Amino acid sequence: MHIDIDEIAKTFGATTALHPVSLSIPSGALVALLGPSGSGKTTLLRILGGLEFPTSGRVMFNGQDATGMTVQERRAGFVFQSYALFRHMTVFDNIAYGLRARPRGQRPPKAEITRRVTKLLDLIQLPDIASRYPTQLSGGQRQRVALARALAIEPRMLLLDEPFGALDAKVRKELRQGLRDIHDETGLTTVFVTHDQDEAMELADLVVVMSMGRIEQIGRPQDIRGKPATEFVRDFISA
Amino acid sequence: MSDATLPTFRTATEEAPLLRIALIAIAVAGLAILVFAPLAVVFAEALRDGWLAAVESLGNRDARSAIHLTLLITAIAVPANAVFGIAAAWFITKFDFRGKAFLITLIDLPFSVSPVVAGLCIVLLFGANSAIGSWLVAHGWPIVFAIPGIVLATVFVTFPFVARELIPVMIEQGRTEEEAALTLGASGWRTFRTVTLPNIRWALLYGTLLCTARAMGEFGAVAVVSGKIRGQTATMPITIEMLYNEYLSVAAFSMAALLTALALVTLLLKTLLELRHADQLAATRRH
Repeated sequence: MHIDIDEIAKTFGATTALHPVSLSIPSGALVALLGPSGSGKTTLLRILGGLEFPTSGRVMFNGQDATGMTVQERRAGFVFQSYALFRHMTVFDNIAYGLRARPRGQRPPKAEITRRVTKLLDLIQLPDIASRYPTQLSGGQRQRVALARALAIEPRMLLLDEPFGALDAKVRKELRQGLRDIHDETGLTTVFVTHDQDEAMELADLVVVMSMGRIEQIGRPQDIRGKPATEFVRDFISA
Repeated sequence: MSDATLPTFRTATEEAPLLRIALIAIAVAGLAILVFAPLAVVFAEALRDGWLAAVESLGNRDARSAIHLTLLITAIAVPANAVFGIAAAWFITKFDFRGKAFLITLIDLPFSVSPVVAGLCIVLLFGANSAIGSWLVAHGWPIVFAIPGIVLATVFVTFPFVARELIPVMIEQGRTEEEAALTLGASGWRTFRTVTLPNIRWALLYGTLLCTARAMGEFGAVAVVSGKIRGQTATMPITIEMLYNEYLSVAAFSMAALLTALALVTLLLKTLLELRHADQLAATRRH
């Protein structure tokens, strides 16, 4: 699914989180929203997911206006920074949550839910943890479970907020490749937020550099490295 | 003597043996004097003339009416406050709005206002001399000196218990689990039922039990609004006071013992539930 962001702006009271920004994300792309904290990247991601609504501007999914669409209707697989796993449910129940939450008519039968959860556990290479609780998992395992839970709803796009932020360096490298593999396998349009330029450059097809609620530059990693468009981008990527 | 000269501490937080014994002694003495002794006295006084006399004093019409009334009031006030408490805590913790701190202070108001004053406020507002009160009486809905007034007074006094237990827990848990459920397609109600409620159930249970104990025992506010009509608006605590003032000490203490026993059952229930669900309790706690 391709996503068009058309002059989206967002203010919280007196503070402006996003000045009007526009961005076109081609179907199947892996896009990084890169910037320091307070640059508006998370706000933009949450607007795509339907967790915030823009003050002005439009969001289009496959050319159709999706600005007023509810969070449930958007079917965006969202991975939160702290993963937000349901702590009172096992890994299995966490992953099955979205399937069980479907309206009665569209809800898969029990055996089908089990089959799909098992398949997703295989995909994230953690086949044996179905009966554990989130507190019994390592940080890297939690992140992968959160990813599987988001994928379970057969999302139309994948949105990730600092997916590697809470992990140590070694696990981070492994999971980067893991996300790339899952993206390539599913072909989902994927947007992730990061403040780490190495992560953005290494992983993404398209990098969107943001600062102070504005988009500074949009381009392929090599273009951003080779031809930084503004002083800010030059500073940020050389840091 | 090497033990005495070189005390061996097993952990850094451990106290020296003498101090440890002193602290434990103070705690035990405090508990014995302030908690166990009064409890023992209540039951001893109740049973002074034997089981038969105690049970008989609880069997008469007025005593049964008081027990029935207290249970009825509790059965109305506690669910009402559980619902109010969940709604208030939900509103305060899941949304941002102006005047939030003021609202939290307002929820605490019943803790700081004397129950007698609360009772007087209800009398002034709904009594026969007020516009609302006279209208209600004319239409056959008396509030003061009737059951609705006692319910109002009890709800007011016990209002903070549930909300106060829930607010810190819900603030600590944040909103992201709810957001996650919504992105997975769950409706607001389903999110509340399957994510919010299980996460707050222990705090809710604890708040509800405290609320129950307090609702059964409320005296000051109820004393003002009930009119203390024997057999009609006299709750258990009111009846205990009336019996005691009439020097019917076996009857008074029997009723007191029963009220105490109800509170103890409440606590026992909580302990049993905690024991039975210890694994889930551990799983829902933050690591």
